[in-house]
Amino acid sequence: MTHKLTTGDHILAADPLARVEGEGAMRVVVTDGQVEHVELNIFEPPRFFEAFLRGRAWTEPPDITARICGICPVAYQMSSCLAIEEACGVSVPEHIRLMRRLLYCGEWIESHALHIYLLHAPDFLGYDGAVEMAADHRELVERGLAIKKAGNALMTLVGGRAVHPVNVRVGGFYRMPTRHELLGLRPQLERARDAAVATVSWVAGFDFPDFEQPQEYVSLRSPWGYPLEGGSVVSSTGRSFEVADFSSVVVEQHVARSNALHAHLDGRTTYVVGPLARYALNHDRLSPLALDAARAAGLGAECRNPFRSIVVRAVELVYALDEALRIIDGWRDNGPASVLVPPAAGIGHGATEAPRGLLYHRYELAADGTILDAVIVPPTSQNLASMEEDLRRFVATRLDLSHDELTLRCEQAVRNYDPCISCATHFLDLTVERS
Amino acid sequence: MAPHRPTLAVWKFASCDGCQLTILNCEDELIPLAGAVRIAYFPEATRGKVAGPYDVSLVEGSVTTPDDAHRIRDIRAMSTTLVTIGACATSGGIQALRNFSDVAEYRSIVYAHPEYVATLERSTAIADHVTVDFELRGCPVDKHQLIEVLTAAVHGRRPRIPAYSVCVECKRRGSVCVAVAHGTPCLGPVTQAGCGALCPAYARGCYGCFGPQDTTNAASLSSRLADLGMPTRDVARVFRTFNAEAPAFRAAGDRAAEHATTSEESSP
Repeated sequence: MTHKLTTGDHILAADPLARVEGEGAMRVVVTDGQVEHVELNIFEPPRFFEAFLRGRAWTEPPDITARICGICPVAYQMSSCLAIEEACGVSVPEHIRLMRRLLYCGEWIESHALHIYLLHAPDFLGYDGAVEMAADHRELVERGLAIKKAGNALMTLVGGRAVHPVNVRVGGFYRMPTRHELLGLRPQLERARDAAVATVSWVAGFDFPDFEQPQEYVSLRSPWGYPLEGGSVVSSTGRSFEVADFSSVVVEQHVARSNALHAHLDGRTTYVVGPLARYALNHDRLSPLALDAARAAGLGAECRNPFRSIVVRAVELVYALDEALRIIDGWRDNGPASVLVPPAAGIGHGATEAPRGLLYHRYELAADGTILDAVIVPPTSQNLASMEEDLRRFVATRLDLSHDELTLRCEQAVRNYDPCISCATHFLDLTVERS
Repeated sequence: MAPHRPTLAVWKFASCDGCQLTILNCEDELIPLAGAVRIAYFPEATRGKVAGPYDVSLVEGSVTTPDDAHRIRDIRAMSTTLVTIGACATSGGIQALRNFSDVAEYRSIVYAHPEYVATLERSTAIADHVTVDFELRGCPVDKHQLIEVLTAAVHGRRPRIPAYSVCVECKRRGSVCVAVAHGTPCLGPVTQAGCGALCPAYARGCYGCFGPQDTTNAASLSSRLADLGMPTRDVARVFRTFNAEAPAFRAAGDRAAEHATTSEESSP
């Protein structure tokens, strides 16, 4: 499969984008030395989750929506549980919230280690991928895989398996892991935490292009620590609103020019979700170890260079491991695995921080629990407009680079976002250029 | 002389990426694997690519667009061995739920401009389009089974993948039967093994993510589920999830749905 690289005056394209989850391509049109047009084309065919959720039972979204994304299934399970529990007027007790947070830490660890070591670092070190990188830096790749494996071990214990966990239900879990089982993971998680601290100083030493993004940052903020599950929405320009108001603030548009729904604040403001936004708005909530790692890496109160998102992701990796160990150490075996969530007519909203950023779900239920309507706004479709804006500004000052070098740099600019194209339920398949 | 390293290509169709992620989740085996095969095309993992033909192609995802229906034929033509991985590739996946509805309506529910979306009426398994050498089940596939399939493909032998039901694995694991002991609805008796009987070990019934076992009696299980008090509408739902288009599950789901409609009509 080859995809077109043509010259308009000069069209720069990279298809398919490698080392992103899902299939996408990028197209930049330059005329008379000016960037005329930038677009990300998404091959990912629509899968219609929001449509076939209608008519399903209120208990089903954690299993069904997990299948939107194999890289962050827990995020989908958590946002859907929160939304349905809200619609039914139930809130879960503290120990269930904590066990959810622990499972979510497992997903962050797995997903961030995957992105840092296998998908993103090869760009900075000049390799096509991690396997090629392993030929020269085997211990580094093995360190990344060991961290990733620790995240998967946590997901496997708490969730039953690493991809599409089976243990999550509306109201909690089917079976609560025991303190004894959790403590068994401690040595592996401690080693991974040390490796994560080393990861921060390793990636902080990479060469980063000079580039700043001006976009508004948006993330959750919660009273119980760095945001993973729940909280309210805040932004770098001082916006603050409840998750229930999300769909009135964020407007999704289906534009012909691009083949995806673009989300904007108030229908016009481009914004960024994900590690950079979370860090800027919540670094005061990091654990002392993660904050020290951030300071040692030279991160200030916020980081505006998306190429340095790899450093912030590494800091979040330290935090997720630290937080997992904190929850395990404090764990006492008491309380039920789940609470009953009887169906009720109503509307519920849920938002959590997927590894790639804020993930919003909304469900409308009938009195018998039948789903009447479902809305899912994944992080990648929120970031898509910003990715294109970054590319436009980034390319404009680098037109003197060779074609191959510029292509690589643009791909890297997209990979900064760790875009999860298969999870963006709204991405369309419009222009497939295959020969 | 260096031994021949077979070339491996990994292809994606409509899917969640979870099955190809399972390759990257083989943390201990990944680097040795890259020594045993030449990873020639695997865009989720590397920008590097080697032109076909390929000795082994792994295909994830289902066919849902006109372009993809052509693409899979090209891939078949340049692959010596073609293995499909996961529920989407082997049965059409969760997105095959469109097959039970009007896809035009689905399009208009999700998209403001449905005319921009190119999609087929049905989501179908890869084997509906081309000859497939081996189908590995699961939503997602099991990592150990995936390694066995890759090893077998490299050595040109049949993979040793059991075709018995989840019940066998459950007994072997020593789990208490959730259906017999607790009356929990469980698809284990009609579902192919491979996951290690995970769900019963987590105190829930199997939900059939590995699809129907070869010699299944789904009709009998449907009556048992009804006896346990499950409404027929829910019986239809449990068969219509991640392998809804697998023939045995399709038949069981259709039967229950039809029964649910009839009983709704006959009720006062």
